[in-house]
Amino acid sequence: MSQNFRLEKEGLINRSKKISFKFNGKSFFGYEGDTLASALIANGVHLVGRSFKYHRPRGFFGAGVDDPYALVQLIRNNESIPNVKATEQELFEGLEAKSVNCWPNVNFDIGGINNFLRIFLPAGFYYKTFMWPKSFWYKIYEPFIRKAAGFGVVSHEPDKERYEHKYEYCDLLITGSGPSGIASAYSAAKNGAKVILAEDKPRFGGSLLTSDVNIGNESGKEWADKIITELKSMPNVVVKNRAQVFGYYDHNMLVMSERLTEHLPKSDKFTPKQKLWYIRAKEVVISSGSIERPLVFGNNDTPGVLLSSAAKEYMKVYGVLVGKKPIIFTNNDSAYETAIEFKKNGIDPVVLDSRKELSSDLINEAKNLNIKIKFEHVVVNANGYRKVKSADIAKISDDKTAIGKVEKIECDCICVSGFWTPTIHLASQSGGKTKFSKEIDAFLPDKSKQNETTVGSANGIFNLQDTLNNSFEVGYNLSNKITKKENKQSTPTVVEKKSSKHDKFWCVPLPEGKKYKRFLDFQNDVSVSDIEIALKEGYRSIEHVKRYTTLGMATDQGKTSNLNGLQLVSNIENKVVPEVGHTTFRPPYTPVSIGAIVGREIGKHSKPLRKSPMHSWHENNNAVFVDAGLWLRPRYYKRGNENLFDASKREAMNVRKNVGVCDVTTLGKIDVKGPDAAEFLNRVYTNAWLKLPVGKARYGVMLREDGIVMDDGTTTRVSENHYHMTTTTAQAANVLSHLEYYLQIVWPELNVNVVSTTEQWAGAAIAGPKSRDLLQKLFPDLDCSNEGLPFMGFVETKLFGVYARIFRISFSGELAYEVNVESNNGNFMWEKIIEIGEEYKIQPYGTEALSTLRIEMGHVAGSELDGRTTPYDNSLEGLLSKKKDFIGKRSLQKEAFIASKREKIVGVVPLDKKTSIPEGSYIVRDANSKLPIPKLGHVSASCWSVEYDNPFSLAIIKDGKNMIGQKLFALSPLKNKSIPVEIVSSHYVDPKGERVRS
Amino acid sequence: MLYIKCPYCGIRAQTEFAYGGDATVKRPELNKEITDKEWDEFVYLRKSLRGKHLEFWHHISGCRQWFKVQRDTTTHEIFKTLKPHEEL
Repeated sequence: MSQNFRLEKEGLINRSKKISFKFNGKSFFGYEGDTLASALIANGVHLVGRSFKYHRPRGFFGAGVDDPYALVQLIRNNESIPNVKATEQELFEGLEAKSVNCWPNVNFDIGGINNFLRIFLPAGFYYKTFMWPKSFWYKIYEPFIRKAAGFGVVSHEPDKERYEHKYEYCDLLITGSGPSGIASAYSAAKNGAKVILAEDKPRFGGSLLTSDVNIGNESGKEWADKIITELKSMPNVVVKNRAQVFGYYDHNMLVMSERLTEHLPKSDKFTPKQKLWYIRAKEVVISSGSIERPLVFGNNDTPGVLLSSAAKEYMKVYGVLVGKKPIIFTNNDSAYETAIEFKKNGIDPVVLDSRKELSSDLINEAKNLNIKIKFEHVVVNANGYRKVKSADIAKISDDKTAIGKVEKIECDCICVSGFWTPTIHLASQSGGKTKFSKEIDAFLPDKSKQNETTVGSANGIFNLQDTLNNSFEVGYNLSNKITKKENKQSTPTVVEKKSSKHDKFWCVPLPEGKKYKRFLDFQNDVSVSDIEIALKEGYRSIEHVKRYTTLGMATDQGKTSNLNGLQLVSNIENKVVPEVGHTTFRPPYTPVSIGAIVGREIGKHSKPLRKSPMHSWHENNNAVFVDAGLWLRPRYYKRGNENLFDASKREAMNVRKNVGVCDVTTLGKIDVKGPDAAEFLNRVYTNAWLKLPVGKARYGVMLREDGIVMDDGTTTRVSENHYHMTTTTAQAANVLSHLEYYLQIVWPELNVNVVSTTEQWAGAAIAGPKSRDLLQKLFPDLDCSNEGLPFMGFVETKLFGVYARIFRISFSGELAYEVNVESNNGNFMWEKIIEIGEEYKIQPYGTEALSTLRIEMGHVAGSELDGRTTPYDNSLEGLLSKKKDFIGKRSLQKEAFIASKREKIVGVVPLDKKTSIPEGSYIVRDANSKLPIPKLGHVSASCWSVEYDNPFSLAIIKDGKNMIGQKLFALSPLKNKSIPVEIVSSHYVDPKGERVRS
Repeated sequence: MLYIKCPYCGIRAQTEFAYGGDATVKRPELNKEITDKEWDEFVYLRKSLRGKHLEFWHHISGCRQWFKVQRDTTTHEIFKTLKPHEEL
């Protein structure tokens, strides 16, 4: 297809490089430097999609981030990307895009029927309609709404692209490279400040790219190019294009997303698609510019109605005509620049100006060019469905409430200009106040909360000379505060045309008897009548009106609709705009890819990975791993065709029969040192610690202040003032913080230090009846007898010349020892144990067998100490000292904690001795009683008892002690199981604990 | 993301710290007879202040010291940071 709307010369595109692309399956071409939008317009395509609610045809309304319409589904490098703005997407060879929110296609869209049903779809339609009957929600309403809602389609494939994060610090962050941004960046950079200048578009210069001005003796664009080139060469300056600063957060931290490869057919291997910059700036200069305000009239959303500034940008930057028979409808001077640009390119526009005839530099120039101007005239309605065909125009009365005789004139586009809205999103996000300026009828930044300064048109300064004067000064002053240098640049002189005052007029009244839809929010299909309904129904707060009507929501965030909505509310309510206020500006200003937010923290990189020093041995011996907090632990060691059940049973059985070895490096270890260490432990643990002799370990339980069990473990007195504490793997970090809190804040008088030594030691638990024989072989010089190394004993010794610690402690309930060596010797220790253990039939065992062994012994662990249970619940009352105070003791007097029928830990065995009880099952008295069945408690842990060869579980149930011997039910609604069970003691194996002491 | 001045290390990003609760609450002395009400107030009751709040933070990925921060709960402005036993 030929580019009928492409100009011959004008624009910044590269006409020597053709780029072919596809839109809705049809092939087109554009040029290097085009956006998808400009290339489509060049080819005469104005219909890009359908609107959200009424499925009305949608074209282009802006030329960049301000466009609320032109969302497409993009296919790039075999990935399908939803909600891409055609006005921002740069053209690349082979680009493919599709319209969204339409079926079967954009020209004929079934959903368009909503447009004719629109009297039934007023504001709050969803809130009013889908309330009843309640049962309809899941089956009828929700699926329907889900199907109808939304724009693009999210890919179900994993995102193959790479995203990165970067942290950066600077003196000045400048958001936007229009004249004010360039000037303040230059002035600050020349004064020695570290500057980041961010521009969201591919090209630098902002309004200088399209305005007809001179700075010094160059054109605005030449000046911008020159300064940007110099800034790029300075070592203290970072200049970024395609980089949107979208959020202003606390303490001067801003976040910027940089698009690195989206303008290319695909990313190369070493370049991420996007980079998210977290920038901590000492000072922020907000030079985000302003967006043109639309004018509101009948069917003003018809494709072909667009902002006059966008029409100018399409001509000046892309060399594209948005139409050949343009109407320009304005309430101010700036649209005359667009009219003049049309005329210069051989097109005759008609200007409709709502103001009384007046003169200014621009108006006079337009008159001299013989441009047809109709003052006191407005567009009443745009005719045409898929594209504007003509406009109904009329004269408007002085008070702007009445229109004269309607006349129809032919046109193919209507360029509207309702003056300018400063982009104050960032300034407002920073927590700064805003104020309403009657001068420009818009909100401006007021008192700053953080270190930010708004310059240029974002601060309501629309005159270039004033903008440059102010921005040069701001750049100098802010940099001077930081660098203390005094290199001041002189501001260049500007040649520009003076403008006259804009008209306070935005909404064209309806002609007698007509009910045209007049749209305020083009993305969400919010019209004047919707706002009127909301106000009639009693919504007053602008925040409520927004949510009820969806004005200013979604990806657009009210960029073009906000002020017209407020103006309308204030007119109806007879309030001034500042009384109505505005809705909160929240980040992000533009949509951000979820991939960019996540960055590289995906898959295995989502959290740190901790491995024990013996990890590679486990890998080489068929270990199947499981995540335990951040650690990877062997769950079981697979032999042949074994599954988890077979392997863990074999491993546990071998511990009960022979000897097993388990990697227990992951246990938390904390060194507690100092003259008051014993006293400290005595306060932290529930049991007594003052008399523990050197060379002995003790089991301890610690509580939170609310009396709930926090953690358990053994602590060993290594020497007079030195204790080695162990914690559970999961609670290690919390316990350390807890100890530090009490030492630093509550009892600073105690002379004790704590430090984590988890990573310093590698640990191996050797458990089973043959463990003593094995230990003796490992440590031939040591007296390993029951007298020489008794239960809970501790020795320091050497393992074939390597320093080692032996603790006679047991989690499995068997005779057991734990050997610790320094981490770098971990593998040596492990291999020695395996090698020498061979004659005792040693087998390594994983966490699954470890669990089995502890469950059938009735030892509590994380699933019982779940942050909800007291020491009584876990049958740990024997460890509660009556003589001394400890953390959480006072809470144990609580009535609920000592109530007679309180939960208690018990054992559970299925009556058939075959059916395993799912963890989390409820224990109930009668499985067939009326719902809801009263719950006695829950199953906390389940295993296959290797001692008795039947399933066994632990449960915490009401009045557990008196339930022993009773026949109840274990119910698992999730697994749809109801299992008759008997309650037994939680100490299922060796209840007297003789094995550990043997 | 807040910027917090650890009294021992200087200004660091919030990600290095963990929040540690109301710093005006004092734990009752050990072995002291107190009423249920006093104990419950210590364990459970906290004011949800709007405005200036004195709170503990823990430099968990740094020097591992606990310290006090005076922060505005609505604006996140940090007025002062103190060592645990310094008073405002």
